[in-house]
Amino acid sequence: MSTEAKSAMTEFTSNLRSVPRRMLESAFRSGKPNTDRTRSTFVFSNVFLHLHSVRTHRWSLRWTTTMGLGLATTAAFLITLFTGVLLMFYYKPYPDVAYQSIKDIHFVVPTGRFMRNIHRWAANVMVVTVILHMARAFYTASYRRPREFNWLVGMGLLAITLGLSFTGYLLPWDQLAYWAITIGANIAQSPREVTDALNLTDYFDPGGFQRSLLLGSEIVGEEALIRFYLLHVMILPLALVALMTIHFWRIRKDGGIARPADADARLEAPAGAVYPVFTQAPQKTYQLAAIVKGRTSAVERGPENTVPSMPHLFYAELAILMLTALVCVALSLVSDAPLKELANPSVPENPAKAPWYFLGLQELVAFSAFMGGIGVPSVVLIGLGLIPYLDREKAGTGEWFGGPGGARLVRRSLMVGFGASILIEAFVIRFGWIREWFPHVPQLVVTALNPGTLLTLVYGLYSVWLVKRYQSTRAGALGLFTCFLCGFLVLTVIGTYFRGPNWDFYWSPSLWPHH
Amino acid sequence: MTVIPGSPKSRLDPDPMPRRDWLGLASLWSAASALLFGLVGSMRLPKAAVVAAPSKTFKVTLPDSLAAGEAFVPAGRAVAVYRDAEGIHAISTICTHLGCVVKSNAEGFECPCHGSRFDATGGVVKGPAPRALAWLQVKVSGSEIQVDEGKAVPSGTKVKNA
Ligand code: HEM
Ligand code: FES
Repeated sequence: MSTEAKSAMTEFTSNLRSVPRRMLESAFRSGKPNTDRTRSTFVFSNVFLHLHSVRTHRWSLRWTTTMGLGLATTAAFLITLFTGVLLMFYYKPYPDVAYQSIKDIHFVVPTGRFMRNIHRWAANVMVVTVILHMARAFYTASYRRPREFNWLVGMGLLAITLGLSFTGYLLPWDQLAYWAITIGANIAQSPREVTDALNLTDYFDPGGFQRSLLLGSEIVGEEALIRFYLLHVMILPLALVALMTIHFWRIRKDGGIARPADADARLEAPAGAVYPVFTQAPQKTYQLAAIVKGRTSAVERGPENTVPSMPHLFYAELAILMLTALVCVALSLVSDAPLKELANPSVPENPAKAPWYFLGLQELVAFSAFMGGIGVPSVVLIGLGLIPYLDREKAGTGEWFGGPGGARLVRRSLMVGFGASILIEAFVIRFGWIREWFPHVPQLVVTALNPGTLLTLVYGLYSVWLVKRYQSTRAGALGLFTCFLCGFLVLTVIGTYFRGPNWDFYWSPSLWPHH
Repeated sequence: MTVIPGSPKSRLDPDPMPRRDWLGLASLWSAASALLFGLVGSMRLPKAAVVAAPSKTFKVTLPDSLAAGEAFVPAGRAVAVYRDAEGIHAISTICTHLGCVVKSNAEGFECPCHGSRFDATGGVVKGPAPRALAWLQVKVSGSEIQVDEGKAVPSGTKVKNA
């Protein structure tokens, strides 16, 4: 009796002692990832890691393939998610109270200012990296079959990223926020510029509908703030996560990152010990062979030139995450997020500037509200979305500046892109535009014919010419995309550094008149 | 096509729809239409039937020292009120471009946001504003002036003491 009791007790204590180890084992059932087999099970027995494939092609791991830009965007998003949730503990979405709560976060809450800074900076980093990532996917022609749809998903991600930044800009309820909402809501209303000119507004008023949908009222007030708050902390982040999941899953289903057809031949032999390029023949490949796409069967042969994602891919991803965090923290230490005076509905900030990535748009809006805020951006978005469906060529996929014309064409397009935008801007700044020459010209003329639409037209014609000249859609796309990047850059720089009070041109802020 | 009872079925005759398929389709369609109705109904949600907004009419008394052609801006209102020999008029100072509040200057008005300029009657002389600044309805009784920010009147409408 006593021996039985004793042995049960011994078992109990030994079980108790092994609890931590058993817990770990039950959570990570595959054991240490140190063989081909366990490296694979490590990936596919984990719901998060399984968004990746078990093995990664060595081409995908080259630094120049992706430059880690998509991942940096993901990392920046995770950072904003984390810091944003912390900020939500103190932020109160009600006019004036909101301003006070941001002030509290900034000056009273321990580490509050630091968190707020990181949140701001990570959001800015995210906008930069998402644009660069899109440029990378474009210039390496990675949007082609079977990746067309993922390009569209990416555009959704771009739109949501910008939406998140804009809605976030409004939450502090300071002067910048208030006037940015006012301008934003009126851009939503700007189809009235056209319906008014046609005397249609009384019957058909999409502009007014959009505005009241955003503001929930006729004025910018509590209803508007709660709407933007909800968009910022719930609706847009959820939508972003949903689209991101599709984006990542698709990359995997599309056979990983795009690579040139001759990638295998161009890769050097792996440095033996560093890259275990397949050491054990996979089992059970027959069943998979029926559903996995590909030209060759991988039975009894590892897929060539792939390495286990654990550790090669995951460590690279971790490095990029750490690097992004480092950049955000470093920026937050040297520069504080801004907070102007409390919103004042009777005196606009002068100049009232949107966040920097919208200053290019603000420059366009300063020519025509409808064309700058809705017309030209729609044309650009539709154009971007059509790229993968129009360019169905093969040459240059997975290759930087791949396709007819290549890097030389891009360099030329840089000159056209910068040249045209700077020329048109310089002309307007020096000589003004139609309204100043003929004050009584109908509004529709100015709406249709303004520097923004003209620039779009020049870029469009140039790219049509390229299609003819090189007999290739890809060449046209290369030219157009490059031109739009140039235009975006020029307009943004002018809006940021060269516009002062009353949106007048100044060579430097030190020349602004003081009142 | 006439079908003689008992004759063999033609290859072209449609297969009768099995009952299960019919039930399945019916439930799919009813689910879809229920969803659609729900969606259309909830489209009304974003706009409240009555929205709280500050009153659009207000009363002011102009200071005696106000010179002809000089703007008087009541505190907290985006309106400039003028008095001259022909009477009293009020011009909205909300820019017709994107809703910033314009400032009156010697020539008329200027907008800080995208540089629209207006002359003294509110007409656009420069910049992206698509329309002239609105003239607002004014009622005068004695020294008290009532302005309605919600009602526009044709440009040039000046009101004398009734
Ligand atoms: C929140 C925004 C986004 C996130 C987090 C994101 C994330 C990623 C990641 C992690 C990859 C894997 C390769 C890499 O790291 O570059 C990727 C690939 C890709 N992304 Fe995005 N992305 C975003 C937005 C976009 C946008 C705006 C576009 C283009 C319109 C786009 C188009 C693509 C395409 C086509 C691929 C496949 C590239 C290839 O196979 O080589 N993505 N994305
Ligand atoms: S709001 Fe007045 S010029 Fe844009």
